[in-house]
Amino acid sequence: MAEVLVYVDHVDGAVRKPTLELLTLARRIGEPVAVALGNGASDTAATLAEHGAVKVLTHEAAEYADYLVVPKVDALQAAHEAVSPAAVLVASSAEGKEIAARLALRLGSGIITDAVDLEAGDEGPVATQSVFAASYTTKSRVSKGTPVITVKPNSAAVEAAPAAGAVESLSVTFSAQATGTKVTGRTPRESTGRPELTEAAIVVSGGRGVNGAENFAIIEALADSLGAAVGASRAAVDAGWYPHTNQVGQTGKSVSPQLYIASGISGAIQHRAGMQTSKTIVAVNKDAEAPIFDLVDYGIVGDLFDVVPQLTEEIKSRKG
Amino acid sequence: MSLRIVVTVKYVPDATGDRHFADDLTVDRDDVDGLLSELDEYAVEQALQISENSDDDVEITVLTVGPEDAKDALRKALSMGADKAIHVEDDDLHGTDAIGTSLVLAKAVEKAGYDLVISGMASTDGTMGVVPALLAERLGVPQVTLLSEVSVADGTVKGRRDGDAASEQLEASLPAVVSVTDQSGEARYPSFKGIMAAKKKPVQSWDLSDLDIDEGEVGLENAYTVVESAAERPARTAGTIVKDEGEGGKQLAEFLASQKFI
Repeated sequence: MAEVLVYVDHVDGAVRKPTLELLTLARRIGEPVAVALGNGASDTAATLAEHGAVKVLTHEAAEYADYLVVPKVDALQAAHEAVSPAAVLVASSAEGKEIAARLALRLGSGIITDAVDLEAGDEGPVATQSVFAASYTTKSRVSKGTPVITVKPNSAAVEAAPAAGAVESLSVTFSAQATGTKVTGRTPRESTGRPELTEAAIVVSGGRGVNGAENFAIIEALADSLGAAVGASRAAVDAGWYPHTNQVGQTGKSVSPQLYIASGISGAIQHRAGMQTSKTIVAVNKDAEAPIFDLVDYGIVGDLFDVVPQLTEEIKSRKG
Repeated sequence: MSLRIVVTVKYVPDATGDRHFADDLTVDRDDVDGLLSELDEYAVEQALQISENSDDDVEITVLTVGPEDAKDALRKALSMGADKAIHVEDDDLHGTDAIGTSLVLAKAVEKAGYDLVISGMASTDGTMGVVPALLAERLGVPQVTLLSEVSVADGTVKGRRDGDAASEQLEASLPAVVSVTDQSGEARYPSFKGIMAAKKKPVQSWDLSDLDIDEGEVGLENAYTVVESAAERPARTAGTIVKDEGEGGKQLAEFLASQKFI
């Protein structure tokens, strides 16, 4: 059976959820071979094996943290040479897409980004994408070289599928470009204790109607009652009420949770682009004509300052 | 000292228009009005700010690859304050994918001469966000991308990249390829004077032969990916809309419970 390379996104050995989703998709095409780089790389093996990795290629070197993107491209290229895989899968983070693109160029391969589904096909893997602010769904495949495909978080379920997960060390020679862009400082994000926005099963977002940074506490309280991540529209972020890392929309994060709750968000195309593929959509807005109501499964026309706290209280009392 | 900045821009269909696919499954550009991609305005703005903050003699060239109408995007960038423009236009470019586009841009940037390339974070139509990285790979120069802050001094570009897990400070020697996000600073509006001045600024037109690119390297036929189908997403079935009469939050909780979210 053909092997499929899966690039592992991890923090000091802790594997992030989108990588486990990639393993689910990789198993539809072939046998997953994971590539884990940098500090803690070999600590990823147990988790990856549990989810289907037959092999885990690891390489630890300071270059992965000290320089941007290129060292990881060098390593994936080395893994590609070692394995000759049927496809290379990378999670669709900003960095993931850049790594994948440069790898594809080196391999003489085509690249597909932001797939939301992947299936085996006669002429290679077929990727489903959601385009034009999710108003169209396309199916595409790579027609030249080894397909390099990046997949959005929440595109597949995490499945247990125990495999050998044999750790092998990967031999990597860094290219002349590897040290071109130096990372001179790194400030980790302060953890909010809430789920990662793109990975969360439930997202609760606030927009212009929240009307002030201090009022986001109402949105956060609802999110916490549901164990949800907090999102914000561009209007709320541009007004300085909530950090840009939480922005949902075309120039922010694209999310596809089981449940999306929009409060005080009109639903401009900019925002819809980032949340339209959510499974269930709920909105609270004063304006009955707001375009967000065209998308909802359930909507309340009303003042979010009345509706949202009442909802939060009701959820808390139901959950006991 | 002089600093040559090339800003790559894209002419895209208006995102607020009814965007759709043509029969050959490329983006239909005829039925929807086009404009300079909003995200590229940030790249033009940062080029202008680097120029304004520099003691060097800075020249800003805007570069686009696209059909005849793409000149509108160049005009907009010139009216914001860029010095000159290059339009790569060739019928054989229709349907070129990101890999092919990066080839055309790389050849054009090299022909134009550059110390710094500045791009937007992604286009607003394809939204892949990979062209700056591809361009750096092709040019063999450092990639300093997705910056929300950028500065250039003494042959070095520095910037802040806000990632998911951390905010990183980056540094590279010129020449380099930079991309900037929509957090890098609001783009200026063209002034009346700027609009008038733009009409007199030079716009050069190049085709594939000017760039020594073979037609077999670009275009829909030679793309590295094939779109097999494109279907309009079915409209979401109309949901229940309730006017809040004082119990809206409780009704919403009831709905969430019925869907097993609580």
